Amino acid sequence: MNEISVIISRLSESFLLNCKLFALTLIFSLPLGLLIAFGSMSRFRPLRWLVRTFVWIIRGTPLMLQLIIMFFGPGLLGLSFSWPGGASGRFIAATVAFIINYACYFSEIYRGGIESIPKGQYEAGQVLGMTKPQIFFHVTLLQVIKRIIPPVGNEVMTLVKDTSLARIIANKEIIMMAGEYTNKGLIWPLFATGIYFLVFIGVLTILFNWLEKKLSYFRT
Amino acid sequence: MAILEVKGIEKSFEDTHVLKNINFSLEKGEVMAIIGSSGSGKTTLLRCLNFLERPDKGSIIVNNEVIFDATNPSTQKESELRKKRLHFGLVFQNFNLFPQYTVLKNVTLAAELLAKERPDYKQNKKAITEEIQERAKMLLAQVGLSDKLDFYPHMISGGQQQRVAIARALALEPDILCFDEPTSALDPELTGEVLKVIKNLAERDTTMIIVTHEMDFARDVADRVIFMDDGVIVEQGSPQEVFGNPKEERTKQFLARYNKT
Ligand SMILES: Nc1ncnc2c1ncn2[C@@H]1O[C@H](COP(=O)(O)OP(=O)(O)O)[C@@H](O)[C@H]1O
Ligand SMILES: [Mg+2]
Repeated sequence: MNEISVIISRLSESFLLNCKLFALTLIFSLPLGLLIAFGSMSRFRPLRWLVRTFVWIIRGTPLMLQLIIMFFGPGLLGLSFSWPGGASGRFIAATVAFIINYACYFSEIYRGGIESIPKGQYEAGQVLGMTKPQIFFHVTLLQVIKRIIPPVGNEVMTLVKDTSLARIIANKEIIMMAGEYTNKGLIWPLFATGIYFLVFIGVLTILFNWLEKKLSYFRT
Repeated sequence: MAILEVKGIEKSFEDTHVLKNINFSLEKGEVMAIIGSSGSGKTTLLRCLNFLERPDKGSIIVNNEVIFDATNPSTQKESELRKKRLHFGLVFQNFNLFPQYTVLKNVTLAAELLAKERPDYKQNKKAITEEIQERAKMLLAQVGLSDKLDFYPHMISGGQQQRVAIARALALEPDILCFDEPTSALDPELTGEVLKVIKNLAERDTTMIIVTHEMDFARDVADRVIFMDDGVIVEQGSPQEVFGNPKEERTKQFLARYNKT
């Protein structure tokens, strides 16, 4: 009995790392994605192609590989930069890799959302004397948000599960913790990790359904 | 005195020459109908007047002020065009209402944003907002939608949406109100209510340019009719002249096709 509660508390502790990684990734990648989206729609062609190539590379390679490159790359290339030592260094490297990866995915969702708004909406704003920023904030933004909530929701739920990839550069997240027990022949902690993810995803599902409902008062 | 003079407008898209030497003028209070087959450049002409397209050549003069001259870059600065386009209003074929705002907010939004640029906005914020609201309600009453103020666009019919769009354009008090086939996207039974509103505006001496395929309506409401074909103004004159006694062969052919259907 005592053994079980110890294991559960250690699993919960390690799940905190998943949660921290999740939160930090969202906080930074949601706005960064918008910046990348604007870059990928820029009228300045070299910038547009540079950004789109970057997005293609990030979306075209496994996140796991990106984590490894992010962590070991600076050392292998002989750069003067290096990650801080120990667990904090591994965590920061993982967070940076996640932020970049997810920002690229979000940027494509934003771009799709922005480009799906009919041209007539911009033109209606223009002939009514609105400035470009006014059109963006007062006319298109909410329509874009309404359209991107479902795909963003999908991506956010994928992120929850992806956080466990951080173990590839030895971040002690929940599955890595459970793995230590598996190695000792105790299998149930690994199964138990599924419950953590399920509960988290359940909460997010409720949140996104609520958001969708909030914006159902108009149609685009 | 002409409220609008359009001189020598030319517009090309890549290799298609869409508008060729367009000249006309409009008196205050006059209603001009533009007719012509699809692809003749009618929409492009309205878009040039509203600066959604930039003419390659020619000039646009409103109240004796040159607001656009293709040879004079100083008349083409984006920031100034934004103000200058307020001389014109445009009602689109497919309404383009803002779906996330109520009928009332659709009409007030642009005026509220413009009001923020007024130097006295901060002191008189409340009075200014109230004035805009009152004016919007008055306009919506004028188009017969007083009972729909809090509705969202998807809750009302196409004809009602187009009437909101007309009120929205009127809210900024344009000198010249342009319509691009205002009833083409509507079911036949809904065109009447929109045409009635436009006719009502004509009776109040609103200066208007109306692109339309409703020949009876054009004949009824217009003071002057322009027939366009392949980017040129083939013929212009009073409705009696253009409909009753067209001079050009192309006009006759076009009207014959309409009378048959
Ligand atoms: N943005 C554009 N790019 C290229 N061609 C265009 C564009 N807009 C209009 N055109 C062309 O210009 C011609 C006139 O179009 P338009 O002004 O819409 O005619 P109308 O309104 O009389 O039907 C058509 O041949 C159309 O294909
Ligand atoms: Mg047209």
